[in-house]
Amino acid sequence: MAAALQLDRVSKTYGQMRAVENVSLTIQPGERVALIGASGSGKSTLIRLASGLILADRNGSGSGAVHSFGIKVQEGGKLARDVRTARRHIGLVFQQFALSGRLSVLTNVLVGALGRMNALRGTLGLFNADERRTAYAALAEVGIAQHAAKRARELSGGQQQRVAIARALVQGAKLVLADEPIASLDPKSAKRVMDTLVTMSRDYGIALVVSLHQVDYATAYFDRIVAMNAGRIVFDGPASQINAAFLTELYGASAEELILPSQFVVPAPAEAAAPSQTVS
Amino acid sequence: MFAAADDAHRTATRTMPAPPVTPLTTRLFRLVLAAVTVVILVAAWYEAEMNPAQLWRDSGNMATLGADFLRPDFTDWDVYVNAMLETLAIAIWGTVLAVIAGIPLGILSAENVAPHWMVFTVRRLMDACRAINELVFALIFIAAVGLGPFAGVLALFIHTTGVVAKLFSEAVEAIDPAPVEGIRGTGGTWLQEVIYGVLPQVMPLWISYALYRFESNVRSATVLGIVGGGGIGMTFNETMRGFLYSQASAILIMVVITVSLLDMVSQRIRKKFI
Ligand SMILES: Nc1ncnc2c1ncn2[C@@H]1O[C@H](COP(=O)(O)OP(=O)(O)O)[C@@H](O)[C@H]1O
Ligand SMILES: [Mg+2]
Repeated sequence: MAAALQLDRVSKTYGQMRAVENVSLTIQPGERVALIGASGSGKSTLIRLASGLILADRNGSGSGAVHSFGIKVQEGGKLARDVRTARRHIGLVFQQFALSGRLSVLTNVLVGALGRMNALRGTLGLFNADERRTAYAALAEVGIAQHAAKRARELSGGQQQRVAIARALVQGAKLVLADEPIASLDPKSAKRVMDTLVTMSRDYGIALVVSLHQVDYATAYFDRIVAMNAGRIVFDGPASQINAAFLTELYGASAEELILPSQFVVPAPAEAAAPSQTVS
Repeated sequence: MFAAADDAHRTATRTMPAPPVTPLTTRLFRLVLAAVTVVILVAAWYEAEMNPAQLWRDSGNMATLGADFLRPDFTDWDVYVNAMLETLAIAIWGTVLAVIAGIPLGILSAENVAPHWMVFTVRRLMDACRAINELVFALIFIAAVGLGPFAGVLALFIHTTGVVAKLFSEAVEAIDPAPVEGIRGTGGTWLQEVIYGVLPQVMPLWISYALYRFESNVRSATVLGIVGGGGIGMTFNETMRGFLYSQASAILIMVVITVSLLDMVSQRIRKKFI
């Protein structure tokens, strides 16, 4: 089976700033990977490149190709013609939720069905009963079904993040890319969101890439860690190798940012409990 | 005490640099600017045939006019009400058509949503719509469809489209791009990005702008009548030309009351949306 995500020598330059430099990365279907690095190390840029929200450098050192499940997202600085096909099975979760705050929670989740339904019906918002049921079930699964009719912006940060996860579920995503999904959340909500993401990945075999700047979360929830520094991948290996000394070796002084911020103890990840048991 | 102050003064003069002197070129420039301003004002005075003495010479006329205006005559009130309703109808349809056209045009002239060539083209078109006053459009449409309210509607429609499209596109350009990316990420089409990502964000502002334009279109619609675009303005023009100043006064009072009431109501509604 084709890789869930394959980046081949991808670079992205902003002016003089090499935000991502010659990065190659392969994520297998169902695999869970934490992407760590200090702020400015290129995590967001990498995730945006992977989803085709930004284009790689045209004349970078490599081909600059991104594929997901064998479908091309971009290559040589050009978006693939059928990038929408690739995007359909990539779910995105952002630090600032990226929901339409004035629309209802349910509508925000229904948006996940757009890629699969008739374009005209989707554009007019004529979701059928089946799609509504799926969306509601996804909300129940992340534990916020009772808020379905509210406007998305009325929810707390952690709840909004779970709406985004429900949207990815409705999308039928086979790969979820989450860019610092817990950076704007309090520790309790952060744990719940991480639990939801990991359980969802486990239950449905969804490949999961989560960027984090708190290393303790990365090591608690993930087996494979990819570490970035100054736009390059500087480590790709098992979480067991990650410790303070190693981070200091990788990052020098900026390692502090990765280790220090979470003064609280990261709670153990929930065992593969049914996510519907999480009640807000 | 004086000594201390004097001391302080001396220290100040010793440590402070000399106050800046306005350079000669700057002073010369200001002088030229003042001279040019005076010349323009004088030239414009003669060009506009300004003649305050006229007001004194014709003080008899002014007195009759004033006296008649102070005795408004509401005998034909039903005619005025009908004409006022026609003016409102012109404003309503002029605004509605402009909003309908302004939605796609506003989106297509927003840099963050539409391609550059499209934005450029639509913007120039909208600039033209805005640059030409409603009255001019009214005269053009009167030539095309004849005297009456329909010409007024078309005139308001074209001019207001230019205004509304600009206001709408500015609202679109100020949106948070994140929700749009959220839709894009699910594999939505461009139109779906606009509908689920852009519209929910701009809707309150758009409604507010549309209502505001309706307010000003009611005022414009009264004036349109004067050139033959139907409504209360037309009736007002007829009474003025017939020297029926008491009736003209009644019409003006009605316009003022209607416009003020509408402004108040519309402002209330707009506050709700922001
Ligand atoms: N749109 C942009 N324009 C200019 N520079 C950018 C842009 N996006 C990111 N960068 C720069 O690229 C580098 C990597 O940023 P980013 O990928 O956001 O890092 P991270 O997500 O790890 O904090 C940073 O130095 C940032 O300033
Ligand atoms: Mg980031």
